[in-house]
Amino acid sequence: MEIRINGNDVTIPENLTTIQDVINHYQFKSPIIIVEHNDHILKKEDYDQTKLKPGDHIEFVQFVGGG
Amino acid sequence: MLKIGKYTFNSRLFLGTGKFPNFDIQKEAVLQSETDVLTFAVRRMDIFDPQQPNFLEKIDLKRYKFLPNTAGAKTAEEAVRIAKLADASGICHMVKVEIIGCDKTLLPDPVETLKATEMLLAEGFTVLPYTSDDVVLARKLEELGAHAIMPGASPIGSGQGIINPLNLHYIIEQSSVPVIVDAGIGSPKDASYAMELGADGVLLNTAVSGAGCPVKMAEAMKLAVKSGRLGYEAGRIPKKTIATASSPADGLLV
Repeated sequence: MEIRINGNDVTIPENLTTIQDVINHYQFKSPIIIVEHNDHILKKEDYDQTKLKPGDHIEFVQFVGGG
Repeated sequence: MLKIGKYTFNSRLFLGTGKFPNFDIQKEAVLQSETDVLTFAVRRMDIFDPQQPNFLEKIDLKRYKFLPNTAGAKTAEEAVRIAKLADASGICHMVKVEIIGCDKTLLPDPVETLKATEMLLAEGFTVLPYTSDDVVLARKLEELGAHAIMPGASPIGSGQGIINPLNLHYIIEQSSVPVIVDAGIGSPKDASYAMELGADGVLLNTAVSGAGCPVKMAEAMKLAVKSGRLGYEAGRIPKKTIATASSPADGLLV
């Protein structure tokens, strides 16, 4: 499926159908991940119920060092 | 004890987390600083390098209050979006409004800062706007309901120290909310001076992370902030233009 993640057009495997699937796929190391799906900020409990469709845009965001 | 909104802090030193040589030095510097408040920036994850380490792995998240900044935002709307993303993490307590209006000086955009502060307050955030040392702007931010005012000492990362102590004095004098001097601090002397002027706290980053030994500098800043605060509370002597001997004039041997 073609979707947009963090400003990049990517093709994700067809077995990834929810936000949680994508998070599991990438295995992000950051302990805190924030997710925006089609301009809508998701709660953690919504990750596995949020279905993906082609053309969706997702932002995976984290905290980094800053002053 | 420093109180901002509903939060209280033992330490008056807020520490930024950017540009440390490595996470081990950073962790030790954070510990030495004895800070209660850490600032962070909000950024996209690198999906091409998802295993990149993150400093948050290294620290006890429950030990600190988190002050994410909205750096990267050029407009109030962008700042609000970043603040909401940070808030969705569930670990944040406050937000530092940081809207840069000039790429060269990194000075904040006063109009967008006011707008963002108003919008975030309406959303129920505890809002600490980073602002220039403009006295009238500081007053307007307070009138909006900002929980603290964070005037810069000098441009971000410049290490120039306090270039306009008179403006900071005016801001501190007029404010009934805490004033945290943010940005431009270069040395412990600057941090101590800010506190002696009556600031309620100091937020710094590069002065520690860019120091020859960040861990030692973190301790130095901790002591400087404490020392400056004690000096402020003690009340310094007035400056005089004539010398006054501290030894008695009576009983001279000659």
